[in-house]
Amino acid sequence: NCGSALTKMSRRYDSRTTIFSPEGRLYQVEYAMEAIGNAGSAIGILSKDGVVLVGEKKVTSKLLQTSTSTEKMYKIDDHVACAVAGIMSDANILINTARVQAQRYTYAYQEPMPVEQLVQSLCDTKQGYTQFGGLRPFGVSFLFAGWDKNYGFQLYMSDPSGNYSGWKAAAIGANNQAAQSMLKQDYKDEITREEAVQLALKVLSKTMDSTSLTSEKLELAEVFLTPSGNVKYQVCSSDSLSKLLLKFGVTQPAAETS
Amino acid sequence: MKENDFPAPPIPPCSTGEGLPCAPISWANSGDAWSWRVGTRINNAAGFYSDGNDFAVVAADTSAVHSILVHKSNEDKIMILDSHKLIAASGESGDRVQFTEYIQKNVALYQFRNGIPLTTAAAANFTRGELATALRKNPYFVNILLAGYDKETGPSLYYIDYIATLHKVDKGAFGYGSYFSLAMMDRHYHSGMTVEEAIDLVDKCIMEIRSRLVVAPPNFVIKIVDKDGAREYAWRESVKDAAVASA
Repeated sequence: NCGSALTKMSRRYDSRTTIFSPEGRLYQVEYAMEAIGNAGSAIGILSKDGVVLVGEKKVTSKLLQTSTSTEKMYKIDDHVACAVAGIMSDANILINTARVQAQRYTYAYQEPMPVEQLVQSLCDTKQGYTQFGGLRPFGVSFLFAGWDKNYGFQLYMSDPSGNYSGWKAAAIGANNQAAQSMLKQDYKDEITREEAVQLALKVLSKTMDSTSLTSEKLELAEVFLTPSGNVKYQVCSSDSLSKLLLKFGVTQPAAETS
Repeated sequence: MKENDFPAPPIPPCSTGEGLPCAPISWANSGDAWSWRVGTRINNAAGFYSDGNDFAVVAADTSAVHSILVHKSNEDKIMILDSHKLIAASGESGDRVQFTEYIQKNVALYQFRNGIPLTTAAAANFTRGELATALRKNPYFVNILLAGYDKETGPSLYYIDYIATLHKVDKGAFGYGSYFSLAMMDRHYHSGMTVEEAIDLVDKCIMEIRSRLVVAPPNFVIKIVDKDGAREYAWRESVKDAAVASA
């Protein structure tokens, strides 16, 4: 947190994204990351046989048409999906960009785009908004989960600056630091997909602000290989999710019902 | 269930034999001897065998011609695209060099950017895409045979013509000589040829071109690509540059 003197200084340098502050910071990029810190969290975990993505939904209402709209998870291509944290409208633009980039690659090479190349390409787009054009950065962080024949299952995290890196387990959005340290403690290299789901739900239940955890407040998706060797992206239905929450003992019952 | 006494030892890859256990004895007529050969194992994990031998070979003539003048007779028209890919090109000389170098540099750029090489199929599709994009504005008059070897899938050959047709083929040819080469290959090609047999077939095609094409190119270059990489195999020269006489 800046001291008051620094805050005064920063006001001069934060109106435009394209200039550095005297301390060598890009304030607009940092403010974008602040915005994401207030958004619903998302956790991704890489396992031997798949990648698990879990997201906390901030918009909950019985009136939401849940079968057709998702808030946190999106499919980019048959072999890549992402979880978002931040400003939804910004995320939609970037998700569309990622989808176009993936198809453009397949159009040229008749092969699925390697996951890291897709992430890198999207991050190059994000970086552009931190250097030229006078436009603000995107207020979105992503967790990309995918599979390709070069490196198998992969998990990447990217932020508004356009930086990205590969992770075994990562968290974005609200309380991501707490979630990250919990993941660091409990993650094991040889974790299976089922154990990863359990770990993700456990960590999310501990870091979420809400008092009770129900399947309405969460989204769970997995990227794995079917027995025939094809990549599958599957979003958990709300019934299965409720069952899982019960099974792993992370539901906190709101009130006693007999 | 009673087990029979049929001997069924495990057969290692690249082995050959006669008769049992892979072929019958004295069938269909008495005294018939059948020989067999096992291909190489392409994918160690999945046990997928290829009964083709694992290489691809391309040959091209080496004359650079302008109207009635032969500029040079040792022009190498088979470019090494990367460690395990060859691109044999024929057509308008300027376009040929310009286009193949463009493809070669883009293939290299991909590898620098992404740390992994393009597969032969991806490179072939990329090449076709570039020809297709230029076709209705500024076409390249270049015909290409792209040969490559991938660790996962073995050798492959792609036929790409100047109007951006792409076919994955076992054998292909371009030019007036193709009328003779294709006929020769139809007659003699079979899957599982050894390198020696394949080179022999290439030589048969060259002999046919030399004897039957009215303005036949005298010299050819042959290149091969297999698991050890892409390299020059041989030249076939019937006209060598004469040594300069000393003063």
